[in-house]
Amino acid sequence: MSDSTSTDAAIEVWGLCKRYGAFEAVRGIDISVRRGEVFGLLGPNGAGKTTTVEILEGYRQRSAGDVSVLGEDPASRKRALRQRIGIVLQSGGIYSYVTPREALRHWAAFYPAPRDVEEVLALAGLQDKAAQPSRKLSGGQLRRLDFALALVGDPELIFLDEPTTGFDPAARRSAWETVRRLRDLGKTILLTTHYLDEAQELADRVAIMKDGRVLAIGPPRELGSGASSYRVAYRNHAGELIERQTDDPTRLLNELTAEALARGERLEELSVGRPTLEDLYLELTADG
Amino acid sequence: MAELRARRGPSAGRGIPLLAWRQYRLERRMFWRNPSAAFFNFLLPLLFLAGGGIILSGNQHELNRLVPAIAAMSVMSTTFTALAYNIVFLRERGVLKRIRGTPLPTISYFGGVLANAVTNTALQIAIVVLAGRLLLGIGWPRDGVELAVFALAGVMCFCGLGVAFAHLIPNFESTAAYVNAVFLPVVFLSFYVFDSKSAPAFLRTIVDALPLKPLIDGLWAAIVTGSGLGGKLDALAVIALWGALGCYYAIRGFSWEQARA
Ligand SMILES: Nc1ncnc2c1ncn2[C@@H]1O[C@H](COP(=O)(O)OP(=O)(O)OP(=O)(O)O)[C@@H](O)[C@H]1O
Ligand SMILES: [Mg+2]
Repeated sequence: MSDSTSTDAAIEVWGLCKRYGAFEAVRGIDISVRRGEVFGLLGPNGAGKTTTVEILEGYRQRSAGDVSVLGEDPASRKRALRQRIGIVLQSGGIYSYVTPREALRHWAAFYPAPRDVEEVLALAGLQDKAAQPSRKLSGGQLRRLDFALALVGDPELIFLDEPTTGFDPAARRSAWETVRRLRDLGKTILLTTHYLDEAQELADRVAIMKDGRVLAIGPPRELGSGASSYRVAYRNHAGELIERQTDDPTRLLNELTAEALARGERLEELSVGRPTLEDLYLELTADG
Repeated sequence: MAELRARRGPSAGRGIPLLAWRQYRLERRMFWRNPSAAFFNFLLPLLFLAGGGIILSGNQHELNRLVPAIAAMSVMSTTFTALAYNIVFLRERGVLKRIRGTPLPTISYFGGVLANAVTNTALQIAIVVLAGRLLLGIGWPRDGVELAVFALAGVMCFCGLGVAFAHLIPNFESTAAYVNAVFLPVVFLSFYVFDSKSAPAFLRTIVDALPLKPLIDGLWAAIVTGSGLGGKLDALAVIALWGALGCYYAIRGFSWEQARA
């Protein structure tokens, strides 16, 4: 266990394991999220993202390892810690006969220094639905309410488990905008998502999980190009798409173009690219 | 950051009683907005009273027994039935889980929820007693203290049992089946034994050991005979015992989350 970085880390996870009966959902992961950072957790269904996040939120007990959230052990479920965190669960319900404004007012009273309710309604794009009973809200509107309820306490650390699932494209953009604004305010955000563009847009760093392990961790841009290789693609004379990896695209291009010129052919659809986060993700999480 | 931290002293956060009060107010508001809750809580016992009143009309002795029986049934339905329904619904919908993640103290939450049940019970007993007085010609309750003691004991007992029973219900769809499988036989048998002098002895023994019949006895004494608390301590003991059992399991097995298959 290390304690050297505890002052600027909002979340630290050392060798975390979680078993459900005989099944190991999380198998020894290490993660450190700095204060003020937006950290993305990626991975296919069943990778262990929600399990990890809910251990950090204090919902589930870990089987082994150590975690620290804002310097506390979330398993102790201290009220003082819960006043400093905001949670958007992967799925959570709300009272049917309460309006968003009422729910937010009720929630705001739980916290020592809540945000203004009307401001949070506007932030979540719920002004028009503020007085509508929640059972009459659409799925996406309910998701916005989840978001609003997590923010109303003005938490330092916010957990977002697939926050934009079910959002229309405009709502997703505005949620991204909200996350950026929260980061500008110095908040720390731990976000899980299946949308790689979302991770790319928002996260300072991401971890890619699969089968309870972290396979890669780093800034999305560097992760994508982490293999330091370039991809050169073209269509050959038979019409097949050829793709080659190289660390030295200048030399490869020179060879390819020289050969093609010598044969009197064209390299149709020639392109040079860096692998994206999506390429890396698909490669790492591929089966087998 | 420093400025943010400064706003949050160690004593920051609202007090437990204030948050319980806010939870109570929210529960009340939701109760009145939910038409079926209001119906089952207020109209149903009145319908029972009206039906019984018509059947037994003219027989004042029987009417005197009807009112406390309906009052006791109302206690059970506003606490046991209502709480089992609500807890399962909120648990399966993920509302409890969401609340669990906030700084709302557990004791404030349950304080508000239980106070809501107590309010409903008090309103119900008032309605039943008033309707008994105005429509069925029974007198005002003879012993107000005894009435309050038994009503409160009944509420605590059936609240505990209702929350504990919610643990046994696996999903919302089967709530009605589970609740009625307990509620209806208990009400039916308790009414039968309370009313019939010829009920078999073994049945009487069983029903006397369940909490509803002692509650009917207690309310009967309080409303009709005014025989005093002293004569009904055994009934009170049975209710208290069930209450202790209910509260123990309510707390011990409480689940804030839907169980995953
Ligand atoms: N309460 C539980 N009991 C038993 N197994 C569980 C439980 N919760 C999760 N699991 C299992 O643990 C694994 C990880 O689940 P988890 O919900 O953490 O995945 P996830 O990465 O969040 O997936 P998704 O992207 O689908 O939300 C899954 O195989 C799941 O079936
Ligand atoms: Mg998940």
